[in-house]
Amino acid sequence: MADFTMPALGADMETGKLVQWLVRPGARVRRGDVVAVVETHKGAIDVEIFLDGVIEQLAPLGEDLPVGAVLARVRTAGETPAAAPVMGASRARVSPAARRRAGELDLDAAGLPGSGAEGAVTLADVERAAAARQAGAPAPARRGIDPAQMRQAIAAAMARSKREIPHYYLGSSVDMQAASRWLEAYNADRPPDQRLLPAVLLLKATATALRQVPQLNGWYEDGAFRAGPGIHPGWAIALRGGGLVAPAVHDAERKSLAQLMDTLRDLVQRARIGGLRSSEMTDPTITVTSLGERGAESVFGVIYPPQVAIVGFGRMVPRPCAVDGGVQVRPQLALSLAADHRVSDGHLGGQLLAAIDRALQDPETL
Amino acid sequence: MNARPTSISYREACKQAIRDALRADPRCFVMGEDVGKYGGCYAVTKGLLEEFGPLRIRDTPLAENGFVGAGIGAALAGLRPIVEIMTCNFSLLALDQIMNNAATISHMSGGQFAVPLVIRMATGAGRQLAAQHSHSLEGWYAHIPGLKVLAPGTVEDARHMLAAALADPNPVLIFEHVVLYNAESPLDPAVTAVDIEHAKLRRPGRDVSLITYGNSLPKCLGAANALAAEGIEAEVVDLRVLRPLDMGMIVTSVAHTRRVVIVDEGWKSGSISAEISAHLAEHALYELDAPVRRICGREVPVPYAAHMEEAALPQVPGIVAAARALVRPG
Repeated sequence: MADFTMPALGADMETGKLVQWLVRPGARVRRGDVVAVVETHKGAIDVEIFLDGVIEQLAPLGEDLPVGAVLARVRTAGETPAAAPVMGASRARVSPAARRRAGELDLDAAGLPGSGAEGAVTLADVERAAAARQAGAPAPARRGIDPAQMRQAIAAAMARSKREIPHYYLGSSVDMQAASRWLEAYNADRPPDQRLLPAVLLLKATATALRQVPQLNGWYEDGAFRAGPGIHPGWAIALRGGGLVAPAVHDAERKSLAQLMDTLRDLVQRARIGGLRSSEMTDPTITVTSLGERGAESVFGVIYPPQVAIVGFGRMVPRPCAVDGGVQVRPQLALSLAADHRVSDGHLGGQLLAAIDRALQDPETL
Repeated sequence: MNARPTSISYREACKQAIRDALRADPRCFVMGEDVGKYGGCYAVTKGLLEEFGPLRIRDTPLAENGFVGAGIGAALAGLRPIVEIMTCNFSLLALDQIMNNAATISHMSGGQFAVPLVIRMATGAGRQLAAQHSHSLEGWYAHIPGLKVLAPGTVEDARHMLAAALADPNPVLIFEHVVLYNAESPLDPAVTAVDIEHAKLRRPGRDVSLITYGNSLPKCLGAANALAAEGIEAEVVDLRVLRPLDMGMIVTSVAHTRRVVIVDEGWKSGSISAEISAHLAEHALYELDAPVRRICGREVPVPYAAHMEEAALPQVPGIVAAARALVRPG
């Protein structure tokens, strides 16, 4: 038997409120399945399980539970049920027709009172519940993000960062002429929904560079650096109404630009309406922030603990540049790094910035 | 012919069907134990010997495997035999001929030889004939590819199924229920033929499907009447043909009512009711709003004592209770 516990969805999280189970006792779960919704100060997060097995017991809904509290007990492969399963005791009785109809209506049939044979929920019970829902009682909606709570969470995380992490900062200017032209050509003959934003190039360039400087991709834990198992940059997303989250873009260095674009679109959308996954909250190995067209010219980030670095991109601006002994006006981008001095030194940080710069000079290889 | 419906018995309907066949086709003859002088153990062929003579109404020795084999040979040679076996219990003595020859010859000859044989036999319990004359073995025969298996549950089917069976190039087994022989019902003169492919809706309803055949059909119709008095509308489907089963009709009915009770006088395990249940699980699971229920014969040799025999068979109160529990539990 294994325990599925309340995950820490960020360094700043102490408790979470279990608001919905998406599985029932007896359900078979696989690694990566979304099984529950937990409300945090970053909104409702879809929590994934990282066990293969069969759900045996679930914690009740509605309680604030500390990180590490047992949410479910899972019978893993090879284990036999603790007791002989009693018919119907492990699973709500819902007739197949009712189950199908409930699925169509997006209704949780298992929670309804059953009027059928052996107390089963029948088609009529589902239709009644659907009619009642229609009549007024709205389906439980995901709670949005509470800006005040989020502000508190950011305050806690950033205060801890500035208190604990000895930051050092590096900056350099990247010539974006090659990247801009390449992007323009790429987008020219594509419909709007297939076009790339410059942000995707920046993210991919960073991910590619991190392969050469893995010492900045990971976490500082228990007094030592632990390398990330993959390159999962957290992409900083500003939320309407204030606040930000930086969910992971998993294995960014292995994704194509088009895939990354899709991922970013999806992440931004889910970050704003709620529905980020727990792995996206816990997995980032570094943060990347890009201020975009309307942002400041440069940014000096604050590291999100226990990560050890944050890469920042400012607004691209045309500047006079020395090129081949002459002066040309070319698009320039301020690239910055804030890194944890307990883990790395400026020399290494410089290597990362140089690698990002190189990658952006060669956009067709991204 | 009288244009008004006349009431006749199921036994008489069987006899009229045989008489019609003998008159219509000179290749047709009847063969079996006591079918001639004695008039048949259930008196179905009574009077036919006098009418058609010993060449066409032939008494046989008590040797089922022998005379069924003779019937197969006659069919292969171009005749249209109607073989009567006293009860399906005795048909087991002829199982080798039925299964290994009648059912296989068309297949094994690559379709060169057809076996247009009809075997009629009595089936079922309810007449205190005890454990060697009362069983319902039609479900076993319905297991065998190459056979068609009919179970007339109405006077009309008893009257008209034989002609369709004789017209079929395959061996056809007709199971006549012993309790039904005395059942009487008006015969619609407008109906001159029936198919032997489809089940038939005997009573429409919206709440629960009663799927049945043979002598359980009148019981289900009785149960439907009793249920109607409680406001439960039961639909009654008469299978009529046990092989091939008309699963389309069954699924359609269950999709309509979403609840089903299968009523089968045969033993429950490995029965026609089991086959239908499995098919519903395979093809209509998401139509079901309640578990499939079966009312079947108790798994004992059919007892002789009247009260015990009654207790061993599906009866109206049990069917009503099962249907009610699905529609209106608690």
